[in-house]
Amino acid sequence: LTAGGGGNDVQWCFSQVKGAIDDDVAEADIISTVEFNHSGELLATGDKGGRVVIFQQETENKSQPQCRSEYNVYSTFQSHEPEFDYLKSLEIEEKINKIRWLPQKNAAQFLLSTNDKTIKLWKISERDKRPEGYNLKEEDGRYRDAATITTLRVPVFRPMDLMVEASPRRVFANGHTYHINSISVNSDNETYLSADDLRINMWHLEITDRSFNIVDIKPANMEELTEVITAAEFHPHQCNTFVYSSSKGTIRLCDMRASALCDKHSKLFEEPEDPSNRSFFSEIISSISDVKFSHNGRYMMTRDYLSVKIWDLNMENRPVETYQVHEYLRSKLCSLYENDCIFDKFECCWNGNDSVVMTGSYNNFFRMLDRSQQRDVTLEASRESCKPRQVLKPRRVCAGGKRKKDEISVDSLDFNKKILHTAWHPQENIIAVATTNNLYIFQEKVN
Amino acid sequence: MEDTKPEETNVEEQKDEEYKICPEKLEEAKLKSKYPHLGNKPGGSDLLRKRLQKGPKYFDSGDYNMAKAKIKNKQLPAVQTEKTEITGDHIPTPQDLPQRKPSLVASKLAG
Repeated sequence: LTAGGGGNDVQWCFSQVKGAIDDDVAEADIISTVEFNHSGELLATGDKGGRVVIFQQETENKSQPQCRSEYNVYSTFQSHEPEFDYLKSLEIEEKINKIRWLPQKNAAQFLLSTNDKTIKLWKISERDKRPEGYNLKEEDGRYRDAATITTLRVPVFRPMDLMVEASPRRVFANGHTYHINSISVNSDNETYLSADDLRINMWHLEITDRSFNIVDIKPANMEELTEVITAAEFHPHQCNTFVYSSSKGTIRLCDMRASALCDKHSKLFEEPEDPSNRSFFSEIISSISDVKFSHNGRYMMTRDYLSVKIWDLNMENRPVETYQVHEYLRSKLCSLYENDCIFDKFECCWNGNDSVVMTGSYNNFFRMLDRSQQRDVTLEASRESCKPRQVLKPRRVCAGGKRKKDEISVDSLDFNKKILHTAWHPQENIIAVATTNNLYIFQEKVN
Repeated sequence: MEDTKPEETNVEEQKDEEYKICPEKLEEAKLKSKYPHLGNKPGGSDLLRKRLQKGPKYFDSGDYNMAKAKIKNKQLPAVQTEKTEITGDHIPTPQDLPQRKPSLVASKLAG
């Protein structure tokens, strides 16, 4: 496949990078989730230390059209803290597994963030005025001596420096025995689902002490366990429909109108396997690490270890498109099993009009797969390509044989540099790519 | 030196052909030669149950002392990293414990 930009010959340029430069990465700084809000104005990241950082896109400077809008820190807060399950003598990690934004309804912004066990609804609001001129208090808060008060005045609101406050509005706890891997807000804007390895629950955003269990795949005898839930998502328009993927490479679509407990799927998406090709690794690499509906709701995309597949919701027996992410790794599966990389969970995302999909790889490479033009390109998030508006050069990996100039051989790839999380602005060609501890923002080249 | 029987040679050739067509099978052979005790069901319940238990198990003084009493004053084995063994019986020892988490500080992304 020839190299190309992402969709309509887009060329990608460096815009910004956030995070520390030094190579000594503290575990807490490992980025674990990245998500744009529905307008793309806000970009949230979560990390292993339980912290959320939200960036805001600056309003365009009309007098300087060349200077594209940048993302600057808007708010940061500690979403989750480490907890201890005393009964099982196990630590509950504060790592933020997923962040999902709620559509904006009023001046405040809301997001859901979750660790392994607890989901929280955070309200992010702006304060740019404060009341001044109290009768009983000084401006610094100290109480005035009542004897000195001789007149009355009416306190007024005066402008102040913008303050962005984050406050936890709901805590949805004790809903999951196993580790939460997904949350998804329903299109009804009232409910959301949370999925762990064996169960999926549905919550109402206003109610924290109850949730409905809608999928339960826990066998009566745990020795009979053959697959776990790896990801789940609500349909973008149909509030009764959701999908969940499994470690065996299947996706089940469920309709909540059919029954209260959706253990029986409405549709089962599975690509038939060639039994002669089966190996020890087959099941492991078929495990789906992410599932995402297209914006138009007609397709869904799945990511397994080596490929990205696009499924038409009307066709269950095979995907309509399959893209190889890094096929050269198939002959390295033994060492990737030994160093546990074979269990890495890569995410994937769609662009705004569903024409291009993106996913990460190793060596800080990420892949843009153009569905409409049937072209793909490998790009790299690197501190060496950080000059303002520097165009990203396509990267090529040499699988074997003679290595051409500018190619990198498979054995030279750094498997510790993984891009697991990427996000695409809902309307513009702006992408956020997370390396281990840095967040890169790339934009379309503007001529 | 013994000559190999014709049937054996055919099987070997067939396997070579398979490996050429299927790099995965070659990788599988590599893995099995390194870890001969590896079970044939990688996606089986053992692997999944290990996944469900993700998270460091912490030191439980009751478990630890009872295990010590059983082994009668011998040292408890440290964590094994063998891929073949997935045991739920491992009792953490003080040496196994990970370091204390550092105090909560601000994210460097916001710096």
